[in-house]
Amino acid sequence: MTSTTFDRKAEMNLPKPPARRKRRIAKHLVHLFLLPALVFYVGFMIYPIFQALLNSLFAWKGLTRGPFIGLQNFVRLFTETPFKETFVRALGHNVTFFIGLVLTKLVVAFILALLINSKIRGKELFKTLYFVPKLLSVIVVGFLFSLILNPTYGALNTLLAAIGLEGLARPWLGDPHTALYAIIIVNSWYGFGFAMLIFLVGLQAISQEVYEAARIDGASGLKMIFTITLPLAMPSIMIMTILTFIGAFETFELIYAMQGNNGAPYFSTDVLGLYFYRLTFGSVSGGESIGIGSALAVVLLVLISCATAVSMFFFKRREVEH
Amino acid sequence: MALRLQQTCKYVVLLFFAFVSIYPILLMIMSSFKTKMEIITHPLGLPSGFSLNNYIEVWNKVHFADYFVNSLYVSAVSVLLILLVSSLAAFYIARYSFRWSGFVLFFFMLGLMLPMRLAISPLYMMMLKLKLLDTLTSLIIVYVAGHISFAVFVFYGFFRTLPKDLDQSARIDGCNDFQVYYKIVLPLMRPALATVSIVDLIAIWNDFFYPLIFLKSTELGTIPLGMLTLFGEYDTDWNLLFCGLTLSSLPMILAFLFASRQFIEGMTTGAVK
Repeated sequence: MTSTTFDRKAEMNLPKPPARRKRRIAKHLVHLFLLPALVFYVGFMIYPIFQALLNSLFAWKGLTRGPFIGLQNFVRLFTETPFKETFVRALGHNVTFFIGLVLTKLVVAFILALLINSKIRGKELFKTLYFVPKLLSVIVVGFLFSLILNPTYGALNTLLAAIGLEGLARPWLGDPHTALYAIIIVNSWYGFGFAMLIFLVGLQAISQEVYEAARIDGASGLKMIFTITLPLAMPSIMIMTILTFIGAFETFELIYAMQGNNGAPYFSTDVLGLYFYRLTFGSVSGGESIGIGSALAVVLLVLISCATAVSMFFFKRREVEH
Repeated sequence: MALRLQQTCKYVVLLFFAFVSIYPILLMIMSSFKTKMEIITHPLGLPSGFSLNNYIEVWNKVHFADYFVNSLYVSAVSVLLILLVSSLAAFYIARYSFRWSGFVLFFFMLGLMLPMRLAISPLYMMMLKLKLLDTLTSLIIVYVAGHISFAVFVFYGFFRTLPKDLDQSARIDGCNDFQVYYKIVLPLMRPALATVSIVDLIAIWNDFFYPLIFLKSTELGTIPLGMLTLFGEYDTDWNLLFCGLTLSSLPMILAFLFASRQFIEGMTTGAVK
């Protein structure tokens, strides 16, 4: 206590620093603006990702890092049973997931965007209604639809029975032939409104003059859509396709909520996100799985980062064009 | 006549998808008022009455009040921190031309490409070492770290549109660097702040992944994690399940009803990520 009073006194007695020096100190203080963001970002984003890359090159015993083993984790992931089989199967499901989402979510969203961009009333209302599912937590969506798709008490099978289509009713999530597709449809339900909005932004950017000119040249209806709208809306289509790709390869919560962390039934809905989770936090025998999990993380990281880089390239180009 | 038919078809398609979009949510809300028996016998229709029994039961049986407070605390603190640190950083990058400004911007933009959850095992070990596992602080830290890139991206874009004369004249009037940020720039930033808040709020409020990994104590859970507990413990009491789902979605849906335009604009701006 005495020392602080002394310091303050001493400071007060000191001659004031010349104005220039004071300004120079203030100038350095400016760097404090950057510091907090940098600490969070480097400490808890860049450093952990760097660690994840590094971890894939080491042997692991539980949570302890062992010796450096080069690319062996990758070799085991790609060639050794059962890692290889699980990896290939899950990767296949991710690819199916992506294609399924493009064919359902994106196609529906694009058609709806075309309709909303045409002369209709209540545009804002439709936009609002389509957007609502996106407000829910993915985990809520998963749980909600596991109830709706329940074979005995679920609303969907009851609804089918009510309109005379009992024949179609089935245990959607319990049958390995339908489970993955059911999840794809649920995911489309969750995301189509958002995709529609992105397409709409793209469509609204096309100038009316282009359509006028085409109309004068005698183009109409579908021909106009294929020769003018689709090519000119390509940037937004590309962005949405890549976002869907990233979403399909990052997917985890929805399937975790609906089918558990093994991708029931019989791994028929297992995806790389679930496999990564099991390797990292599940009790896969041997306790070496963090190494293999890190290798899988690197594979996913490369896939997703490349896709994002491509999408950013497209976005930039779109910005330049307008 | 053909045109008339075409218009009708358009509305039929649009209305059909509006129904598809909304009906599951209405079903969830309607079922939350039904009794267990009623859900089995009349799964599709309206409930026979609007009794709040299910709500009271869910509120008491699982720690719903705790979940709610935890979610609110984590979301609010995270979003405020994101806004603060990112706007300061973006201000620094956009308003001072240091040699490294361009590189710093690029460095932050790198984060837009990196899926952070793939670093979950190093993050888990870091939290373990910092003794932050099973705390809400761990969530706040990863949310702030993970959302800085996007916020800097939006704020930097905003600063580019803001004339520099503004802070020059403030400086001549005797404002120091921080005062320029706090008194001049921050109030003008409201639209950009709103965009970032909405995008991050939806993401953080709804996140399930990090709570699943970091939290062990049930009373610390956020709402999405609470749903996991609810579905684990009362998997046959569908009335309670629907009720829990409704309760957890209601805050976002209500916020959306009041500010749907801002939500939609915010999310489409956020599409780059």
